[in-house]
Amino acid sequence: MARESTFVNMSVTLFAVCLIASAVLGGVYALTKEPIDAAQIAKINGAIGGVVPEFDNAPSAEMFTVEVDGKKSNVYPAKKGEEIVGYAIEASSSKGFGGNITLMVGFKPDGSLVKTSVISHAETPGLGAKIDDSQSHFVTQFEGRNPADPNFKLSVKKDGGDIDAITASTITSRAYCDVIENAYKAFCEANKNNVKADAEQPVEEVQEAANASEEAQN
Amino acid sequence: MGKFGLILKGIIKENPTFVLVLGMCPTLGTTTSAINGMGMGLATTFVLILSNMVISAIAPLIPAKVKIPSYIVVIAALVTVLQFVMQAYVPALYATLGLFIPLIVVNCIVLGRAEAFACKNSVIDSVLDGVGIGLGFTLSLTTIGFVRELLGGLSVFGNKLVEGDGMLAFVLAPGAFLVLGYLMVLFNKATKK
Repeated sequence: MARESTFVNMSVTLFAVCLIASAVLGGVYALTKEPIDAAQIAKINGAIGGVVPEFDNAPSAEMFTVEVDGKKSNVYPAKKGEEIVGYAIEASSSKGFGGNITLMVGFKPDGSLVKTSVISHAETPGLGAKIDDSQSHFVTQFEGRNPADPNFKLSVKKDGGDIDAITASTITSRAYCDVIENAYKAFCEANKNNVKADAEQPVEEVQEAANASEEAQN
Repeated sequence: MGKFGLILKGIIKENPTFVLVLGMCPTLGTTTSAINGMGMGLATTFVLILSNMVISAIAPLIPAKVKIPSYIVVIAALVTVLQFVMQAYVPALYATLGLFIPLIVVNCIVLGRAEAFACKNSVIDSVLDGVGIGLGFTLSLTTIGFVRELLGGLSVFGNKLVEGDGMLAFVLAPGAFLVLGYLMVLFNKATKK
């Protein structure tokens, strides 16, 4: 039968239970740390690979963060050789119907959208969760559009923009546009730094940098 | 009662969802599709079997007044282990169930079985009880998820049967209550003579 509930008995028992439990947890944590990190990196890399043009560097190793309006975004530059072929930007918005929506948004150096991919969301299954379907019209309509284009307004049609919202999920669709807007701001910031860095390089590369900045303005 | 009876009891006579009506939070929250329901059921089963085993083994050593805190520490530790393992090896399932995994700690079924069964019975019987109750929970959640997915999304285990939207309400929260209620009626009608 159970031991008597004296002060010493209770303290010793609880201490022993907690000690064993924390030892087990520590052990399992150490064992699973590597696979967990690997799984997360694989997920990020998969998302990057899906949203930018072909590259041959390791964008996750060259990741840097930019801060726009107090919001931090991770920027993954995709390069082919030395040339930057695109940026994958991990951005989020808290305006979703079910909380945060985090996307990986791919830009070409000229600022046009390549593809977007959902990293995490908590939208309503069957309604807002359709943003997770990368083949749907809602997701594909962003491809190739440039937020800087004066003929393209990055908001849903209900708000006077050019984006077809998902039926019955206007809030989610608005939030999706908001994420892309945030990502675009981060992109401008990142690209600005890149152009500046190029300008500091030797003379023969200045012409190239000028071309790049011209492209960015277009 | 035979060993097999112990398992069967958890599935039918003491079905945690339809008869004991325990663990309603994960039941309503995770059953948007059959596969999610099954994942949640299996995760809970895993915790339930291990917690029943550990608790029945240490129960004689635990003074009565600190029973609940000790059990909760054991259960919380097991759930965290499960969380690490899922995160490492099945990240896709973890992404869907993530929010609900820590909630297994406060699932009434786990603590309920520890208190009502495991602390009074042998290790083997407790493990069998865990298997039975766990399977009962898994089958119930899969059934609810199956019905909701079929009516709400017109698909079975993620495979679309017919194009279209189905009755979306069934995938949303009200559908969870409706399906649970009707299945509970059917289950009890079928099992109670």
